[in-house]
Amino acid sequence: MTATVDKTSEATHAGLSAADVEAFGAEMDAIRDRVLADLGSRDADYIRRIVTLQRRLEVLGRSLLFAGFIPPAWLGGVAALSLSKILDNMEIGHNVMHGQYDWMGDPALDSRTFEWDTTCPAEGWRHSHNYVHHTFTNVVGKDRDVGYGVLRMSEDQPWRPLWLGNPVYALLLATFFQWGVALHDLETDRVAAGEKSLSELAEPGRVAARKAGRQALKDYVLFPLLTGPAAPLTLAGNGAANLARNLWAFTIIFCGHFPDGVEMFDEATLEAETRGQWYVRQVLGSANIEGGRVFHVLSGNLSHQIEHHLFPDLPAHRYAEIAAEVRDACRRYGLPYNTGRLGRQFGSVVRRIVRLALPRRRARHAGPEQTR
Amino acid sequence: MPSPSTTSLRRPPRRLLRSRLARALTTPHGVDGFLGLVDPLLATDDVRARVTRVRHQSADTVTLTLTPNANWTGFRSGQFVNVTVEVDGRRHTRCFSPAGPEQSGELELTVKAKPDGIVSRHLHDSARVGTVVTLSQALGDFTLPRPRPRRLLLVCGGSGITPLMSMLRTLEAERYDGAVTFLQYACTSADVLYRDELTSLAARGAFDVRTALTRETDAPEADLEGFFCRDHLNAVAPDHADAETYVCGPTPLMDALAAVWAEDGIGERLHAESFVPTRALVAPDADASAGTVTFAASGIAVDAGGATLLELAEGAGLEPASGCRMGICHTCTRDKTSGTVRNIVTGSVSDRECEAVQLCVNQPVGDVVVDL
Repeated sequence: MTATVDKTSEATHAGLSAADVEAFGAEMDAIRDRVLADLGSRDADYIRRIVTLQRRLEVLGRSLLFAGFIPPAWLGGVAALSLSKILDNMEIGHNVMHGQYDWMGDPALDSRTFEWDTTCPAEGWRHSHNYVHHTFTNVVGKDRDVGYGVLRMSEDQPWRPLWLGNPVYALLLATFFQWGVALHDLETDRVAAGEKSLSELAEPGRVAARKAGRQALKDYVLFPLLTGPAAPLTLAGNGAANLARNLWAFTIIFCGHFPDGVEMFDEATLEAETRGQWYVRQVLGSANIEGGRVFHVLSGNLSHQIEHHLFPDLPAHRYAEIAAEVRDACRRYGLPYNTGRLGRQFGSVVRRIVRLALPRRRARHAGPEQTR
Repeated sequence: MPSPSTTSLRRPPRRLLRSRLARALTTPHGVDGFLGLVDPLLATDDVRARVTRVRHQSADTVTLTLTPNANWTGFRSGQFVNVTVEVDGRRHTRCFSPAGPEQSGELELTVKAKPDGIVSRHLHDSARVGTVVTLSQALGDFTLPRPRPRRLLLVCGGSGITPLMSMLRTLEAERYDGAVTFLQYACTSADVLYRDELTSLAARGAFDVRTALTRETDAPEADLEGFFCRDHLNAVAPDHADAETYVCGPTPLMDALAAVWAEDGIGERLHAESFVPTRALVAPDADASAGTVTFAASGIAVDAGGATLLELAEGAGLEPASGCRMGICHTCTRDKTSGTVRNIVTGSVSDRECEAVQLCVNQPVGDVVVDL
C-alpha cells in the first residue's frame, strides 16, 4: 500500500486540516506541561536507582571477569557488563544528555557535562542527535540518522551500485555500532563528499580520538592487564560486552524510525513548519516497540520512540505513563500510531535494508514510501 | 547513622583514588561515580556532610550538627558555607554560617525557617539524623583578625547570631582574656537563641551577654527593649569607639549600626555580614520588557525588551551555541546566575539562583544575569 501525500500544502498535512494539526499540537503541549509541572522526587529517585543499578552491574561484571577462567563467571561477567553498558548508554546517557534531568540541578546528571560509556564523545552526540536528528527527524538530506551516512534506508536516496552492499554495511554497522556512531558524528561522509573541509574535522576528531583512546585503554588494556593470567579472557569478555551493547543499540534504534509505515520527508516539509506540524512529523516518523517493563528500561524507553520524539526532554520513564493518551489522540485525529513487537518491527527493518540494496523494480511515484 | 566502619571509610586512600590509574579505570564516570555505592559521604574532592544531631531551640528554628567528610578543610569563625540540599528532586543552595567554634571538626548550623524559604523550610521540617548534604569549603572574610582585638562588640539579630556565636565560642575555646560584649536582638523571649549557653557563659563572667527584645515588653530577661538605637549602645558598650564591632542580622539592624558608626566617624571599625538576598523578587506576572539582561562573561548588558535570552544575546553580537530554537535540543542551555525568567513554551517562571536555562525559550522578567 503506497500513497502520496502532498507535503507542501498545509491544508492536507498528513490528511489533517490545518486546524486539526494545531489542535493536535495543543493537546501534546498540554501533556508536556502537565508532566513538567509534576516533575519531582519520583523522577530523581528513579534515575538514581537506575544509575546505582548500572554502577553495581559494572563493578559486578568487571569483578567476575577476574575469575574469567571459570566459564560461568566469564559468562556472568559479560552479561553484567553488557547490561551495565546498555543501561549506561540507553536509559541513562541518551536520556540525561537530552536534558531530561537538567531541572534537578545535579552536576552528575547535567546534560551539558554528562559523558557515557561508549566511543562517541558526548559533545558531538548532543549536536548530531539532540539538535540535528530531533529537529529534522526523518527529513532525507537533513536528518543524518537516516542510514547513518552508510546505509540506504529510503527510496529518496538515489540508488547506486554501491548500495548492493546495504545488508553487509548494516551488519558491519551493527557490529561496530559505537564506532559507527562516533564516525557518524564526525560527518566523515560529508568530508568525503566534499561538503565539509578536512580542517573542520580536526578539533572534533581530536576530541573523538581522545575519548576512543580512553575507552579502549580501559576495556582492552588496563582491565585485561589487571586480571593477570586471565587477560585474554578479560579482553574477550570486554569485547563481547561492547558487542552485545552494539547489537542491542542498533536493533532498538533502527526499530525507532525504519519499520514499515514510518514516513520520510523532504526538505520542503521544514518550510514554515508550525509547532503542530512538527509534532505530527514526529508521530509519522517514529515507531514504538511493545514489550514488558524490563524491556522498556533496557531500550532506554526508546521503545516509546513516538513519545520520545514528541517530548525528547521529558524523563523517559514517563513515556509509558502518557503513551495511552498519545495513542488515543492519534486515533482521534486519524494519525497512524506505529507499534509492534520487537520481532515484527525489526523484521520489517531488515526487509527494508535488503529491499533497498536493489534499485526500484518498477517506476513509481517519487514521493516517500508510506503504508497505512 | 555513623558507625565505626563508615567513619573509617570517610578517610579513603586518597592518593590511590586520585591517581591516574583510578581515573583511567573508572572513565567516563570517574572515581566519584562509584564511591557513592559504598557511602554517600565518600568523594575524592566534594565536601559532603552527614547530619548527626537535630534539635529545635525555638518553634521556627532548627539546629543541625553536621559531620563532614575528609575533604572539609575547616573554617574560621564568622565564615559561611554554601549548603546544597535536594527538595522534591531539585537541588537548592543557600549559605549558612556555622555557629560552632572553629576548633571543632563538626559544623553546627542554626537555620530559621522562613515562610517562603525552600531550603530553610526543608531543613526545618525534613532534616533527620543521617541526611547527607553537599557543602562548599568555608567562604567569606567576616572573621576575627589575629592577634585578637582586646575589645569586641558582637551584635546580632535573629538567625544572624550564628557567625557571632561561632566567634564567641572560638574565643571561649582560646581562653580569650579581652573584653567581649555580646548583644542579641530577638522578637520575643521565646525567640532568643542559645539562651542556656549564653547564660552560663555570662554567669562565669567570661563575657558580657545582653539581650534586647523588639516585640515584647517587661520580660524579666530582657536587658533592653525595642530596636537598636544609640541609647542601647550607650547602655551596653559606651566604649564602642575602642572596640572592633561585628554585626549580622536583618538589614534594618545593620543599617542602624552603620549610621551610628558613620556618625562617629569610625565606620572602618564596624564589620557587617548580610544574608539578605540582594536581588528584588519580581512578581510572576511582571512585565517582561522591563529590566536589564547582563551577559556576565562577555561584559555586555542589554535592555530586556520582550525578547528571548537567545535573541537578546544574538542581538548583542554574541554567538552562543544554539540548535532547534524551540526548546527541545538543549544546545543553548547556559547558567543563569541570578534573576527571574519565564519559559515562553510552558509559561513557567523560575527565580532559582545558579540554574541552567534554555536561552531560546526563556524571557527575562526583570533583571537577569547569564553566564555567557
